[in-house]
Amino acid sequence: MSQTRETLITMANQIATFFQSQGAPDLAARDTAQHIKDFWAPRMRRDLLDMIAAGEAQRLSPIASDAMHRLK
Amino acid sequence: MSLITEKDFGTPASVATETVTLTIDGQAVTVPAGASIMRAAGQMGTQIPKLCATDMLDAFGSCRLCLVEIEGRAGTPASCTTPVANGMVVATQTPKLAKLRKGVMELYISDHPLDCLTCAANGDCELQDMAGAVGLREVRYGYQGHNHLNAATDASNPYFTYDPAKCIVCSRCVRACEDVQGTFALTIAGRGFGSRVSPGQSELFLGSECVSCGACVQACPTATLTETKVIEIGQPEHSAITTCAYCGVGCTFKAEMRGEELVRMVPYKDGKANRGHSCVKGRFAWGYATHRERVLEPMIRASTDDPWTVVSWDEAISHTASEFRRIQAKYGKDSVGGITSSRCTNEETFLVQKLIRAAFHNNNVDTCARVCHSPTGYGLKTTFGASAGTQDFDSVEHCDVMLVMGANPTDAHPVFASRMKKRLRQGAKLIVIDPRRIDLVRSAHIRADHHLALKPGTNVAMLDAIAHVIVTEGLVNETYVRERCDLEDFQHWAAFVARPENSPEALEAVTGVAAQSVRAAARLYATGGNAAIYYGLGVTEHSQGSTTVMAIANLAMATGNIGRPGVGVNPLRGQNNVQGACDMGSFPHELSGYRHISDEGARNLFGADWGVTLDADPGLRIPNMLDAAIEGEFKGIYIQGEDILQSDPNTKHVAAGLAAMECVVVQDLFLNETANLAHVFLPGSTFLEKDGTFTNAERRIQRVRRVMSPRNGYADWEVTQMLARALGYPMDYQHPSQIMDEIARLTPSFAGVSYDRLDALGSIQWPCNETAPEGTPLMHMERFVRGLGRFVVTEYVPTDEKVGPRFPLLLTTGRILSQYNVGAQTRRTENAAWHEEDLLEIHPHDAEERGVKSGDWVKLASRAGETALRAKITDRVAPGVVYTTFHHPLTQANVITTDFSDWATNCPEYKVTAVQVSRGNGPVDWQISYAEKASRSRRIEATS
Ligand code: SF4
Ligand code: SF4
Ligand code: SF4
Ligand code: FES
Repeated sequence: MSQTRETLITMANQIATFFQSQGAPDLAARDTAQHIKDFWAPRMRRDLLDMIAAGEAQRLSPIASDAMHRLK
Repeated sequence: MSLITEKDFGTPASVATETVTLTIDGQAVTVPAGASIMRAAGQMGTQIPKLCATDMLDAFGSCRLCLVEIEGRAGTPASCTTPVANGMVVATQTPKLAKLRKGVMELYISDHPLDCLTCAANGDCELQDMAGAVGLREVRYGYQGHNHLNAATDASNPYFTYDPAKCIVCSRCVRACEDVQGTFALTIAGRGFGSRVSPGQSELFLGSECVSCGACVQACPTATLTETKVIEIGQPEHSAITTCAYCGVGCTFKAEMRGEELVRMVPYKDGKANRGHSCVKGRFAWGYATHRERVLEPMIRASTDDPWTVVSWDEAISHTASEFRRIQAKYGKDSVGGITSSRCTNEETFLVQKLIRAAFHNNNVDTCARVCHSPTGYGLKTTFGASAGTQDFDSVEHCDVMLVMGANPTDAHPVFASRMKKRLRQGAKLIVIDPRRIDLVRSAHIRADHHLALKPGTNVAMLDAIAHVIVTEGLVNETYVRERCDLEDFQHWAAFVARPENSPEALEAVTGVAAQSVRAAARLYATGGNAAIYYGLGVTEHSQGSTTVMAIANLAMATGNIGRPGVGVNPLRGQNNVQGACDMGSFPHELSGYRHISDEGARNLFGADWGVTLDADPGLRIPNMLDAAIEGEFKGIYIQGEDILQSDPNTKHVAAGLAAMECVVVQDLFLNETANLAHVFLPGSTFLEKDGTFTNAERRIQRVRRVMSPRNGYADWEVTQMLARALGYPMDYQHPSQIMDEIARLTPSFAGVSYDRLDALGSIQWPCNETAPEGTPLMHMERFVRGLGRFVVTEYVPTDEKVGPRFPLLLTTGRILSQYNVGAQTRRTENAAWHEEDLLEIHPHDAEERGVKSGDWVKLASRAGETALRAKITDRVAPGVVYTTFHHPLTQANVITTDFSDWATNCPEYKVTAVQVSRGNGPVDWQISYAEKASRSRRIEATS
């Protein structure tokens, strides 16, 4: 797996960590998804979804993973 | 065009609101109380002779030339030091005064060389003018006596010359250095007749404390301190008002010309950002515009291994267009993009993003603000509703407590730093939060009340600890919070920061700062009166950059420090037009005026005006473009006025991304480092060669005026326009003012901006529209732009970049006064006299442990790469921390930095890299091979 795609996991996890800290667990995945939608190019979202589908995104945190499912 | 002359009123304006009426030479005049008689006379058009007074400085009263007679008062008081009073009757010209003035002038002239005809200041000398004004016809004292006519000239400073033979010891230079610049480099040495101006302890200017700001040169009424260029070229004959192209302070200058040759830049007193002051860069470091290495003809090449081939503009543009069309046909429309420049004008930046959105048909546009202040945009928009600082610079004059965090104003924003220092000398308190002991912590007549020297990467922990103190010690401004902010968010935030784990005591181990210092600083910030926060890249360039900006906003709201003069949240912007580049829609998710690309209304407005359908999805950011290139999906880039190979983190990654592209187009003044990997080079133009506007850190839009024709043939906006046309997209602007009209039409916060309005008002701070037709100096006055201020919980998350046994030290980076960013311009000026190379600052303890001495070569290694540079041992940095600048390509400090970045914006984490330092014996292999490759890549095929 390439280093650049690995970066996407790191980025998604960082975003999830921030929204998780806002204290409302039910909202964290929603807000993470919205942030990714607002700031990531479609190509990046697609690449990360491909990685999830291929089982290459184990490192993704539960909230980030939940968020990505909402973006399918 | 003629030379713009500004009237010198002799003493500063009084800010009093009450007025006083007096009679001068039989004429009644009404002026603000506290004004001097000299100023009042000036206001009615009467120039009282003067030498030691100038309106940039407080009156001193030493030359005795400005004497007047006042009815009912004995003697002849100095008009510069005597304030006006109601009913006062003043005479400025009487036989008695004429005699006294002649006597004074005679003494001055008797010790002054009479070589006026050949003097560089001939025609611009106040001594000469005053000799005329007082009617001096003969000098009774000869040169036989003791005089100073043979005193040696000091030409050590590359930009100005000190010729003491011409000095009249008026001390204007000394006072300018103290009051205006705040450096205190000059003294009057000796006494009485033997007294002379002297830098430091009779040093040369270059070796002294002098920072070459030029304030003394500007203040000097004679030819004693003169710009070397004036000596070489002669007096200018016309001038135009323009804006500095270096930093985000945005100083206004008179560009004084002789034909098409620039003679000198003189700070404009009416400039709202600089009020007549400047730094060494803006005033003196413009020689790069005519540097021999500037590339003036377009060049192309098939492969980056080939030498460049010089081609015509037509060929370069049509080649570029056909390459971009070919790439898009082969790899899809999203396979190309571009980068706008924070150094170019608003109009040029707007045009590049328009080219990308309308002619490339995608949103793959980004700007170098990505790597500096993108977290400011995100953080302040989230909390306040507007992606910009809240104050104007004048606000500092009302500030009681300054909190300076992750910024080094005396080096990076020198003119604003001078204004800060002036306020600090008047008694304002100072809190500095920075890992390094910046100059402001201890400088002439200034001592920081608190310097919280935290470990790099712990900003959020520090701000949470400060917030903890404010909330738990009952220092919240509850009325303000109740009226202005979202209460539910506030309570949520207050409960979070009040947790024991956010106390200064609990976080002491994280930040490395003693709890009681944090508590004292927090109390001072919350209770010391008007408190303002000034911050820089030491806040934004972290993995929690956006969180830190929000934590700053929280503090300001909790203490009620937003919405009036003297307070606020003030990002100190790095490059001259970084604010403008952000405003102009340079980010892939945003149109001009910060409207999200998914906002259908905004998108349709632009679409209709531009005759295209815009893509609703955000495009790629710079790091994402590079990643996509490495993945083989991104193939062509148009880079205007940026050197991403040198300025962006993890150089090797940037190089790999660029190398994977098929068409890299660089538009710049010089063959910069990025151009080593480019296929097309389009020569750029300097700020002296084009019309446009820049927007400074206070949201102030200011004109840039063309004073010479572009040496490369075209202004940058014209090049973008040619490229758009070649791609089949019509652009037909005759002048940048038409681009501004389009910006105004499409951007609500710019609705009232036009070149005519700018000419009339001098400058405009956005938002400027129907409700604020003259612009908006202070934001969020009655309410926040977003309605209620929003508190955001800011949990400290340590960066993934951690020290360990292999990399035990933390590297942080910064810049110095005389150089600017990657140094492409400043290195090509005489500023090299102050900074020949980047140095690694290391604490004596860490140096000793490694056997490193000052001046030794050291190897600096991180997980990303290694480089070598010379060491400088200093306790400015704490043990465990090392520091360097990034001005020189040989150092390539960004070989070391990693690609960790801010969670919200991908702003790189420049300010924290785990490194190891060891003794070295010169440049490492990588630097040597890089230098070889770079010089090979710069070859230009000889034209037959
Ligand atoms: S150039 Fe500036 S710093 Fe240097 S002596 Fe003059 S006023 Fe002071
Ligand atoms: S150098 Fe110029 S400003 Fe300074 S004391 Fe001499 S004449 Fe006055
Ligand atoms: S570099 Fe900045 S502070 Fe210096 S003159 Fe230019 S705008 Fe002013
Ligand atoms: S100008 Fe007033 S004393 Fe010199």
